[in-house]
Amino acid sequence: MNWLLVALGAAVGAPLRYLTDRAVQARHGSAFPWGTLVVNVAGSFALGLLTGVASGRAQLLLGTGLCGALTTYSTFSYETLRLYEGGAKGHAVLNAAGSLAAGLGAVWLGTAVAGLP
Amino acid sequence: MREQVPVVGVVAAGGVLGASARYAATLLWPTAPGTFPWTVFTVNAAGCALLGLLTVLATEAPAAPHPLLRPFLGTGFCGGFTTFSTYALDTRRLFGAGSPVEAVLYLGGTLVTALAAVTAGVAAGRALWVRREPV
Repeated sequence: MNWLLVALGAAVGAPLRYLTDRAVQARHGSAFPWGTLVVNVAGSFALGLLTGVASGRAQLLLGTGLCGALTTYSTFSYETLRLYEGGAKGHAVLNAAGSLAAGLGAVWLGTAVAGLP
Repeated sequence: MREQVPVVGVVAAGGVLGASARYAATLLWPTAPGTFPWTVFTVNAAGCALLGLLTVLATEAPAAPHPLLRPFLGTGFCGGFTTFSTYALDTRRLFGAGSPVEAVLYLGGTLVTALAAVTAGVAAGRALWVRREPV
């Protein structure tokens, strides 16, 4: 049952990441990976919020499953490496530092909104 | 848009497998709250190495694999297996638990390890599948 909740959340989260990334990249058309940044920041905010308000089962469905699959560390790392290899070293550093700062800020905001100390 | 349907389907299937594997890892090797999250750290590093390897196979190898392999294993499995949100939340929890040193070590250590893992994956993929022309 628990596993099913995680699987169900991921079945929505992973395609949502793919479609969001495509929509964002199509709009910007730049080499900077805005799409991954958007899903990682949005997912971090949502997980922070959930931590304060969701029950155990909702955590598995929406936290471990949905937010876990919506956000990604592998694509973030690969895109950072690709920027660096392609000569855009400044953008690579900006993507790494910006993602960490924005993700951490977003999770903080989420937990604050949820009223966590 | 119609041609996107199989891609979205395999991304979902891969994402379910990846997230399930991550969930299984956290059940097998649970880490206590307020301690260094080794399991998610390892999951993220492993997923980065796999994505590096796979992307070389899909984009640089002379014999291109099935076009759905990258969305299934890369975007789907690796994306669902690795997580940024749990990483951010666990970092925030370490700060909240009064362990700022561990929080900074986790924040920076994951980034450095993930970048090293994806670089190693790409290098391994190129050594395996990409023939270098003699200069």
